[in-house]
Order: sequence, then C-alpha cells, then structure tokens
Amino acid sequence: MNTAIKQIKGLCAPMMIDDIDTDIIIPAQYLTQTSKDGYGQYAFSRLKQADADFVLNQQKYQTAKILIAGDNFGCGSSREHAVWAIQELGFQAIIAPSFADIFSNNARKNGLVLIDQPLEICELLAAAAQQNDLIISIDLVNAVFKTDQQTFPFVINPFFQHCITEGQDELDYLCSHLSEIKAHHQNAKGQTIFLAGAGVAQ
Amino acid sequence: MKNNIVEKIWQQHVVHRQAGFPDVLRIDFALLHEVTSAQAFAMIERKNLSVQNPEHFLATIDHSIPTRKNRHEIYDKTAKNQIELLRKNCQNHGIPLCDLDSSHQGIVHVVGPELGITQPGMTLVCGDSHTATHGAFGSLAFGIGTSTLAHVFAAGAILMKQPKVMRVHFNGQLPANTYAKDMIMYLIAQIGIGGATGHVIEYTGEAVTALSMEQRMTLCNMSIECGAIAGLVAPDETTFAYIKDRPYAPKGQQWETAKSYWQSLSSDAGCRYDQTIELDITDLQPQVSWGTNPEQSIAINQVIPFSNKTKESLDYVKLKSAQSIAGLTIDWAFVGSCTNGRIEDLRVVADILAGHKIAKQVTMYIVPGSEQVMHQAQKEGLDTIFTEAGAEFRMPGCSMCLGMNDDKVPPGSRCISSTNRNFIGRQGTGSITHLASPATVAFSALAGFITSSYAEQQPQKEAS
Ligand code: SF4
Repeated sequence: MNTAIKQIKGLCAPMMIDDIDTDIIIPAQYLTQTSKDGYGQYAFSRLKQADADFVLNQQKYQTAKILIAGDNFGCGSSREHAVWAIQELGFQAIIAPSFADIFSNNARKNGLVLIDQPLEICELLAAAAQQNDLIISIDLVNAVFKTDQQTFPFVINPFFQHCITEGQDELDYLCSHLSEIKAHHQNAKGQTIFLAGAGVAQ
Repeated sequence: MKNNIVEKIWQQHVVHRQAGFPDVLRIDFALLHEVTSAQAFAMIERKNLSVQNPEHFLATIDHSIPTRKNRHEIYDKTAKNQIELLRKNCQNHGIPLCDLDSSHQGIVHVVGPELGITQPGMTLVCGDSHTATHGAFGSLAFGIGTSTLAHVFAAGAILMKQPKVMRVHFNGQLPANTYAKDMIMYLIAQIGIGGATGHVIEYTGEAVTALSMEQRMTLCNMSIECGAIAGLVAPDETTFAYIKDRPYAPKGQQWETAKSYWQSLSSDAGCRYDQTIELDITDLQPQVSWGTNPEQSIAINQVIPFSNKTKESLDYVKLKSAQSIAGLTIDWAFVGSCTNGRIEDLRVVADILAGHKIAKQVTMYIVPGSEQVMHQAQKEGLDTIFTEAGAEFRMPGCSMCLGMNDDKVPPGSRCISSTNRNFIGRQGTGSITHLASPATVAFSALAGFITSSYAEQQPQKEAS
C-alpha cells in the first residue's frame, strides 16, 4: 500500500515555457545513477544557470509544491528520472495546458498529479503566482482545485484517482490479475506469439 | 466490424477490461538497456517479485558506453557501475544480455529487429522513447518509464488505456535524394511536436509500402517527435522477407501459421481512424532542422521562418529568421543512432564519400548501430571508404545521439546529424544540432557546410 493522498495544498511556482522537454528537466549526463534519488539538484540546471531570475532560482518559490507550466510539458524521452527530479524539488502537482504521454504515465506511477487546464487559466494562475503568493488547494476526491477566490474543476483519470486517494499501488493491482495474464500468454503461444530460439542472442 | 491494425492488435492483447480503469494489456516482449532498468529491478526486488518469462526479454548495452576501440575500459565511474549492475541484474533474473563481447551488441532498436524479435502483431516495449522504431514491422511498440518496466517484469502486462489512432497517408513517391528521414521530418514540421499526442500513427500510402524495412524503421522511429505513442506500418511481403530465417523468427510449419496471422492484421478497408492526415511528397526536398526541437525544420532550399515564439531557439543556435539553412558552416558531422545507423544508411553515406575527402574543419563520426552492422560494413569495405574520406568509423552504440557517453559535440560547435533530437544540449552541453538524412550529412561533411549535393557554392558567413 502507498500513502493515500486526498488533498494537496501549497504555493505555486510559475514556469510558463512551452515544450519543456525531458532533456531540460534532467540532462542525459546525469542518468548514469542507478537509484531513484539525487536528481533534484540537477533538475532544470541549464535554465537555472542561464538566468539568475529563473523561477527556481528565486527564494520565494523554494517551498513551492505546485508548478504552473506551459504547453506540451515533459515531451521527449521516457526517462522517469524527470518525474523523480521534479518530485525531489518538492513539487506534488503540475498544472499545464497539456502533457506528453510517457511523462504523464510516469507521473501517475509516482503519484505526481498532473492537471490539464486551458491556456488562459494557466496564464491567469501564472500571473497571480508571479505577483503574490498564490496558494492552491487541490481536492483529488472531488477533482476541483481552489484559489482563495475561485474554484476550478478538472478531469482526473478515474484509475489514478482511485490509486492516489486510496493508496492503491498500481503494481499490486496488476499482480492481482496475474493468473489471468499467465493463461493469456500461454494461449497466445504458437497462435499469435511466434518467438523461436530464445537464448540465441549470446 | 471493421477494424484498423491497432484495434486488432489491442483486442488480441487485452487480458482484462473494467469500466473507468485502464486495460490490462499483455506484453509479448520487452527490450532493455542500462539506463532505465536498474530502478525497475530494484522495485520488483523490494516487493519480492520475480521476472515472468525471462526469455521474453533481451538486454543490451548502448547508451553510456564509449565507441572507441578500447571500449571495455569505461572511465566514467557511475557509467561503469550502471553497466555492471545491468550485468548482475540480468544474471540474477535470467534475462539474456547482449554484452560488449556479444556479436549482437548494439543499439536496442537496431538489435531487436536484427534478431527477428520484432514481429508483426506483437506488443513490444522498452524503457526508451524511440521504441516506436519496431512499429515498422506492424507491431505495437512504445516507450515506457521505469515503473512500467517493473510492471512488465513482474506481470508480463501493463495498465494502459486504448490509444486513439491517426492515419498519416503519404501521397506520391519519394523524389531522388530524399529518404524516409525527410518524410518523417516533413510530417513533424507540419503537425508540430505535440501534433499526435495520445495517438498511435499508422503510416500508409504507396511511398510507405515502397520503403525498405530499414527505411520504415527510420519513419516509425521519429513518431515520438510529434508526440505519438507509437507509429506503425502494416506488415507485407517486405516485412516477411526481412524476418525470415532470423534467430527469433518462427521456423517450419510455424512460419506459415505466423504469416497467415500476420497477413490478417492489416487495417480493414473502410475502418475508422480518429484522425487522418494526408501529405503529398511528390516535390519533397531534403529536410534540415534549424532550431531546438524537431518541429523546427525546413526544406534545404527554404529560409528560416519568422515567428515571435522562436527567439530563444534562434539565439541558442546562433541563427536569424530569413537566413537560409543551406551553406551554413559546420564543425561536426555525425552518422549513426537508432534512426539512421543501419547498413543501408552506411551504404548511402559510403556512396557519397567514396573517392572524396571531407572538409578540413569537419570532424565526422560514423557509428554503426550494432556489431552486425559494423561487420557487414567491414565486409563490404565501407570502413575503408570512410577512413579514406577522413571520417572516423567507430564501435557500435548510441554515441553522439545523446550526451551521456564520451562522444560529445563540444560547446558552441555546429553538428549536422542523422539523429532524432536537436534539443538544447542533446549532443553535449552547448552543442548545436541540425537533423538531416544520412545523405545530407555526408554531402555536408564533404562541403564543410550544409548542402544536399556535391556542392559548388560558397559557404555563407555565420550570423553574428
Ligand atoms: S540512438 Fe539515440 S535515440 Fe536511439 S536509443 Fe540511443 S540515445 Fe536513444
């Protein structure tokens, strides 16, 4: 079982850049590590170095838990390190107009909440986060998030909602179907799976 | 009921379906490499789970190894650890590994098809976004993250929602001097890097069926660069001829059974697609990327478009809008990667380089996608042509495709590259990448500036 999370509340950091790719989030040169941690310190390093005022360099956002981002966030490679790095920075949720597919899958598996919102709303939130301390509270059970002024509904993947709010581990769920899966494999052999000569690779 | 190929494959693999939940999807084969697997092994070990059907996995070492002759000596300590851990994990879990001394070591997406592992109608995954390469065989192949790889280890299945299907139909035939690389780069430029998000692409049309298997792999390889989950081409006689007699291919009576099953997979006439895109390639020109993502590409005879959204990209690559891409001085030329590191690619390059010398200021690396590709190239004498032209022919691996081994484009240097991503710093911190076909890379290496023919024109001055 994982810890059940029903609500996330925290400060927002605005990063309204489109197409933040996985090479920006965590460059390949840091991927030779074999553990799941230690990536946070390298996350977004190029942007951090290029611009002293980059959002993650600013003192006021050091405790932020929610990232407000641009379109097509997380495009590029399948490296889950990108998700681990973002989580290590303290982020528990990202609000953006859209996310790349593999990144979304990886995020779900690690309990990082991704919320799709129209561009106008993301821009509005980013502007608010820029000017003042914007605190958002995300209610995962009812699929709404709130600023102190407004409430926004969002679409949540029902299975992810079930997993995160109940603390259900995806792998455990999958393994509960193990005998069905095994039988399925067995039936497929010679019918739709035709792999010969396993072991010849050596 | 009329079905497209993706729907057919999906139906064959759904183990369990429950409303509101993702499907439990059977996975037939998984490929792995050193970079994204260690944590997956750790995840199942922590839960005391074992690998289901280890013979349905294959590992190779490609990303973090050097490509120099003495590649067994890995100087980077963490990279060395990572490789040793892969060896240990494979051994502990009974997974075959194409190690450095195997005749099948190579880039994961080159090795799979070479061994006949990649077959029509199968679900195939790898912790790598360019897994779509295998779709060339009419398999449903896609990249997964490390946690999902742990799922495949422990269950032989994953949780996934049925994807939407986009048909990309190429009208017309490929003109001379253009390749599958130009087709896919053209598509990405048209629909954008998020243009196919949430979809699997089926590539159709005369120009697609006319492609060789290796060219189809190039086409499918870059599907991820327009956001697609996967890309595939329906299997046909070209596909079967490529697979036949390879180590993992079915033999004897099984071959006939397999073939008739594979033939049944093609999309039914009049089936439904969520989206259809038609592109005419009758007048296709060689494509070259100018910016910092694959959508920022143009035909070689075009100028960099104006847009107020591309300033950051242009600053990084030190170019200006309205500037032409042809004639731009280059420092590096790279041929290799899972996109264009196969024997046909090397033959094209050798044809162009034969009897010529690359420009003085250019360093050119030619890196075969696998041991098999390397040996074939040596057998055909291509290695001699490369060396005589002044290029370096190196050992197989991902090499300069991503900056995580010894091969890096130095900061500020401009590289024309047969790879798939021109993200900032992709080929090394501060490197500038121009994506193109192997032919364009070879022509440019000779000229010392970007061109797609034996050039007579003078190089243009760099924009300041
Ligand atoms: S060659 Fe490049 S794209 Fe292909 S698997 Fe290696 S790093 Fe990834």
